[in-house]
Amino acid sequence: MDNNFAVLDEFIENLPSKEGALISVLHKAQDIWGFLPPEVQEHIAMRLDISASKIYGVVTFYSFFSMQKKGKFRVNVCMGTACFVKGAEGILEEFKKLTADDEDFSVDALRCIGACGLAPVVTVNGKYYGRIKKGDVKNILVEVRANG
Amino acid sequence: MAKIFSVAELGARKKFVLANDSNYLSPDCDKTVIYVGMATCGIAAGAEAIYDALRDGTSENDAIIVPTGCAGMCYAEPFVEVRGRGNDSIFAHVQDLGGTVSTVSAKKPEKIALRNCGIINPEKIDDYIAVGGYEALGKSLTELGPGGVIDVIKKSGLRGRGGAGFPTGLKWEFGAKESGDKKYVICNADEGDPGAFMDRSILEGDPHSVLEAMAIAGFAVGADEGIFYIRAEYPLAVKRLYRAIAQAEELGLLGEKIFGTDFSFKISISLGAGAFVCGEETALLNSLEGKRGEPRLRPPFPAQKGLWQRPTVNNNVETYANIPAIITRGADWFRGIGTEKSPGTKVFALAGKINKVGLIEVPMGTTLGEIVHEFGGGLPDGKAFKAIQTGGPSGGCIPASHLDLGVDYESLAAVGSMMGSGGMIVMDEDDCMVNIAKFYLDFTMEESCGKCAPCRIGNTRLYEILEKITSGHGEESDLTQLAELAQTIKNTSLCGLGNSAPNPVLSTLKFFADEYAAHVKEKKCPAHACKDLIRYVITEKCTGCGLCAKICPTNCITGEPKKQHTIEQEKCIKCGECLAKCPPKVGAIVVE
Repeated sequence: MDNNFAVLDEFIENLPSKEGALISVLHKAQDIWGFLPPEVQEHIAMRLDISASKIYGVVTFYSFFSMQKKGKFRVNVCMGTACFVKGAEGILEEFKKLTADDEDFSVDALRCIGACGLAPVVTVNGKYYGRIKKGDVKNILVEVRANG
Repeated sequence: MAKIFSVAELGARKKFVLANDSNYLSPDCDKTVIYVGMATCGIAAGAEAIYDALRDGTSENDAIIVPTGCAGMCYAEPFVEVRGRGNDSIFAHVQDLGGTVSTVSAKKPEKIALRNCGIINPEKIDDYIAVGGYEALGKSLTELGPGGVIDVIKKSGLRGRGGAGFPTGLKWEFGAKESGDKKYVICNADEGDPGAFMDRSILEGDPHSVLEAMAIAGFAVGADEGIFYIRAEYPLAVKRLYRAIAQAEELGLLGEKIFGTDFSFKISISLGAGAFVCGEETALLNSLEGKRGEPRLRPPFPAQKGLWQRPTVNNNVETYANIPAIITRGADWFRGIGTEKSPGTKVFALAGKINKVGLIEVPMGTTLGEIVHEFGGGLPDGKAFKAIQTGGPSGGCIPASHLDLGVDYESLAAVGSMMGSGGMIVMDEDDCMVNIAKFYLDFTMEESCGKCAPCRIGNTRLYEILEKITSGHGEESDLTQLAELAQTIKNTSLCGLGNSAPNPVLSTLKFFADEYAAHVKEKKCPAHACKDLIRYVITEKCTGCGLCAKICPTNCITGEPKKQHTIEQEKCIKCGECLAKCPPKVGAIVVE
């Protein structure tokens, strides 16, 4: 954990300018921790000399930032219009249903990822699964787990 | 790589690369070239394995294998284009690595913004130089001068491709007129409309064209710094941009004293963090300053006081992609394409219930019917066309009766929609227009920044009324209230998000009033999409096989073997499993 703070501090030190850098610092912190807990936000507040409440305001404004710890496998179901009209809602429900008691998985709806040619699309830890049907969900979960 | 210090040196390099590494772009290339589409869609569909297999399986004498960006034929991904000696091409969808392919036909209209996508390797600056890249920047710096550049862009009639359609040349002129030692040029790559992926494809397929255009804009308005604001959801585009910037800097095409002139220009990248409102230019400026992305009051306009209160010119990706072509080929050439008020072409992302999902670039004025049936190949499964949605959450749904509409900024606005960034979603008979309006309101309600009350509260109320209607509790007075509230939000919101958020409601109310009426008066959803308004019923065709009863998750189907079964409606959760299970030749279960 301490090492994580050191990595973040080094990133902040090397910024060309601290002015306006908050969002890139938050991106970096989320890369390191996977989410943005209050103690990380407070640490950034000290380093950038911005109030913690301002940082909280920015973190909660942008949907990309999360204060919740995510599972080892991050399932994102695209909810763009193309995916929606091709049944993404049902696929999201199915993922949620099948992973309800499984802490290894976090399932979220994502804003359009622009891969409409493959609608409906799901990404798991950045890997794309396109043109999927409700029946494929189970197999995807098995595959993801098998690949660790 | 040796730096390029003059236009003549750029020309020499072009000649050199055409004869060597980028030989496949030369008109007299006598080899077969196989292009593999490797944008996000292609890679997701398995293009990397195909590229590797082709590269390992062919010698240089057989064919040259080129990884390229998106050629727009998403429906055929993963696909390859095989270009033979006479420049005739075969497009093929690769079904498996064993070599099964099926050819697809492709129309090739004149492209401007997508001119290099699918033709060059986007990760090689020499490919871009081989097709005339950075010549427009050279011409601007050494021949035209800042005033000359603005003149050409003004005369071309180019309008902002991000949605609002403001004349680009005029915007640059405003920026140029401002005094001050520091100005900024911004590229808005926060492509947030669900169902739109034009900008992603341009950045993944031809990143240098946008960099070159930003430098031209910087030169025209007197800025020395450019900033990309790009969505974090586009990792591949970000990676290719970083690479492109490094390559351009290495050759001296970005950086200090470009082409040996006094003009210096650098470009940096800033990642968005998932807020739709940041596509609005003043919200984008706040986000770049590290703040919550809330819009600012205008005036002052960004051209006067933008980023860090300095004059700032902001254009969208597709707008920039047009610039080098206009500078090279001239304003008259550009004006010759498209319509009087909206010259040029527009890239549309065609998706939804359509056979050929993909990117198309068509002259302004092309009709919706041509787009759906000729470019899009019609609807799949023999379903009937119901509506085409343009402009994303800010646009509207246009019915079949308007398919002869030629698309440009004015015509789309006249039917209550808008150009938007260029997403087009086709909807068929199975899509409920009330539910679609609710989908968009759900989106804008979530994405409203909360700064002004009409948008924050008004859109939430609109959503609640739509929820009430789709769940079967709608009253006739709700319809009047929807229309009134929508109009108020339009008139009183601060920024473009609020001004346009009610468009999906207003346009569906106007064109699909009967669907709203069915929901409210008869409590029925004609498209069978609203779960609370449908019921599954087993008809006398039932053979009593019991398959449906076995699959039903709530055990609400009962009946004697070999006799007609029944569904207990109170327990039914309308999952549709029984309908899917009932053998098609029996077809005993219907939706009402």
